[in-house]
Amino acid sequence: MTYDATFRVWRGDAAGGDLQTFTVEVNEGEVVLDVIHRLQSTQAGDLAVRWNCKAGKCGSCSAEINGRPRLMCMTRMSTFGEAETVTVTPLRTFPVVRDLVTDVSYNYEKAAQIPAFTPRPREADGSHRMQQVDVERSQEFRKCIECFLCQDTCHVIRDHEENKAVFAGPRFLIRLAELDMHPLDVVDRRHEAQDDFGLGYCNITKCCSEVCPEGIHLTDNGIIPLKERVVDRRYDPLTWLGSKIRRRPRD
Amino acid sequence: MVELERHEYDVVVVGAGGAGLRAAIAAQESGARTAVVCKSLLGKAHTVMAEGGIAAAMANTYPEDNWRVHFRDTMRGGKMLNHWRMAQLHAQEAPDRVRELEDWGALFDRTPDGLISQRDFGGHRYARLAHVGDRTGLELIRTLQQRTVALGIDVYMECTVTRLLTGRGGGAGGDGADGVTGAFGYWRESGRFVAWSAPSVVLATGGIGKSYKVTSNSWEYTGDGHSLALQAGATLVNMEFVQFHPTGMVWPPSVRGILVTESVRGDGGILKNSAGNRFMFDYIPDFFRKETAETEDEADRWYEDKKNNRRPPELLPRDEVARAINSEVKAGRGTPHGGVYLDIASRRSPEYIRKRLPSMYHQFKELAEVDITAEAMEVGPTCHYVMGGVEVDPDTEAARVPGLFAAGEVAGGMHGSNRLGGNSLSDLLVFGRRAGLAAAEHARMHPVRTALPDDALADAARAALAPFEREGGENPYTVQHDLQQTMHDLVGIIRTAPEMQQALDRIAALKERVANLSVEGHRQYNPGWHLALDLPHMLVVSECIARAALERQESRGGHTRDDFPATDAEWARTNLICSRAPDGSVALTRQPLPQMPAELAEVFEEVPA
Repeated sequence: MTYDATFRVWRGDAAGGDLQTFTVEVNEGEVVLDVIHRLQSTQAGDLAVRWNCKAGKCGSCSAEINGRPRLMCMTRMSTFGEAETVTVTPLRTFPVVRDLVTDVSYNYEKAAQIPAFTPRPREADGSHRMQQVDVERSQEFRKCIECFLCQDTCHVIRDHEENKAVFAGPRFLIRLAELDMHPLDVVDRRHEAQDDFGLGYCNITKCCSEVCPEGIHLTDNGIIPLKERVVDRRYDPLTWLGSKIRRRPRD
Repeated sequence: MVELERHEYDVVVVGAGGAGLRAAIAAQESGARTAVVCKSLLGKAHTVMAEGGIAAAMANTYPEDNWRVHFRDTMRGGKMLNHWRMAQLHAQEAPDRVRELEDWGALFDRTPDGLISQRDFGGHRYARLAHVGDRTGLELIRTLQQRTVALGIDVYMECTVTRLLTGRGGGAGGDGADGVTGAFGYWRESGRFVAWSAPSVVLATGGIGKSYKVTSNSWEYTGDGHSLALQAGATLVNMEFVQFHPTGMVWPPSVRGILVTESVRGDGGILKNSAGNRFMFDYIPDFFRKETAETEDEADRWYEDKKNNRRPPELLPRDEVARAINSEVKAGRGTPHGGVYLDIASRRSPEYIRKRLPSMYHQFKELAEVDITAEAMEVGPTCHYVMGGVEVDPDTEAARVPGLFAAGEVAGGMHGSNRLGGNSLSDLLVFGRRAGLAAAEHARMHPVRTALPDDALADAARAALAPFEREGGENPYTVQHDLQQTMHDLVGIIRTAPEMQQALDRIAALKERVANLSVEGHRQYNPGWHLALDLPHMLVVSECIARAALERQESRGGHTRDDFPATDAEWARTNLICSRAPDGSVALTRQPLPQMPAELAEVFEEVPA
């Protein structure tokens, strides 16, 4: 069951780096993160890697494995042949800090810009009543573990640094969709979705849905319905007129 | 003069799990300038691993439920060693803490009439856990994270606190005692130092599980807060009580210890040994006999009719179930990989299982190639939670050092000798909020800020850099591995005096090895260096556990002595307190348990078993 695998791991920092080759033991049932940890404890004590739960629940150990955005803790070694070289590189969309660790602060900046959740008042008895079927739509997006693999794979920002200022990425488009579908929320964020978070940049190639480790249907259930709602508002003549009238200065 | 970044706040919260974020929200909302410092990225804290739910007597499914029943369940689950006042506040305030999460965007599963749905869990008389499938912890952390961001609280991500700073002034007490003046740490990303000046510090650093070989805890759980509190002059209580969750994964080896939620049993799953017997019926202790089903038929009827039937023994408190599994395996009735079978496949439909337990389904499918809707899981005990922690005032979470507060897993007293499932998420909401309010109030009462003395900062910086100065020393990963093996083998589920004595000898030897560690590389995002700085915390906490466990000559809750298998009336009235002796070692003292007032003691008469 135990064999020696060849691993190529990118090592370096913002100034540059390269792939280094290691021969490392692999045991039955292990995942890529186990092997990275073995490298750390036996061959490269200062190999930088983010991880926490090691159970696919926290979304910390994102990397590109043989070029595909994956969670290292959920990628089993048995998916590779014993003779196959496994190449692990940092997320390409974000600037490298060191080795497999990237600077993901872009995501935290976008999160902070989204107008906060604002609930309707509670009912007279102090509770909120919602039907299961109504909460489930937003619950799908709240499964998101913020691994940012969707952000990594999205071609709008993957090789287009210039788009980051105007595009929030799939993670935050589904956050907007989640709030839009939230049974208690009372804020309309459709203008912001289009104008501030770049909803229009998404041309629904569904790459984000393909890499999501939680199986969230980002495009079909989140982004497309949000686009439709924006269109409803923008191109419905009555809504358009109404919005102009309401926006007239009151003085 | 040491090169470092300096900041000034009213309240600094160490840790960004549920307790830390709830404390920061409370402090910021009451007007204090608040910062959160956390070792990982925001939203990655160990709270996300909580699966089952938040225990709160909201009575949405059972109108008979109320705080008195929850209080009683909690005290009995902790074998009456809990601080009664904490258990009372917890049971009374948990429903409001859950409701307010909805005002911040949380979406719990619903009952047919639209209220928050509540599920069954071990040791709880009624279905009481507010939940979102089996990912409740993620919902809680995301809700608090989004609230934290909405309030504009400053968050220092991937930043580790290595020392608390104390002195006169600042948060000092009225009697002239030293109080908290701030904290010192480093950015993990750059290795640069940072100091926060603040009269109030809230510790919310979680637990200690990384000192054990088989654990559900992540790398962060190195007992930092326990150790920082001790060093600052505070005390720890109940450190001998470590919870081994009965159901961790056992196969394959690389996932050994990963949590399998108690909801599997709450939703109908049963435990079987290799002979196919539902063995928990053989392990019902007298203490819980009156409230536990005697036959499989009665146990199965209970899921539908709780009035006329008693709880299945699979839903006894965790300490009882973990010991039973341990005994079955030792008696040779375990599975091929040294666990027992947890079977829900033969009892519930695949649709039900996938709906109620989606992340368990996913976890077993992906990591073990097991389809839990078709076959049984193999499970065994895993180190999950420490009941012991910083000794605090129940109402304010203030430690014995003025200006220092602690909430969540790092605080002690609330859970006594064993925590009930679901009581952790409610604990961190109730006491996180209280700690944040009290910390803000303390800061208001101490408006004069003291400058952090240069010599203390320089000393902290020197200590942090020491592993780089030494050449040819040992690798920190090897020392951590040896500590984990020691605690697993000698201070685990079943304990004896000679083994714990041996553990203490080994810990003493490990301390010498830690003093001579060296690390390779430089200060930028260097995990070897980070581990070298975490190891002293892990050692001091391990020593507290071993010393207290050796001293308590009885078995109770999460502490089982092979050489003293019974509970003891004298120990039922006694807490063990750890403090730091002048020579830096751990000192142990006995302290009488706080006396429960008569009107609360009546609860145990009025609520039928």
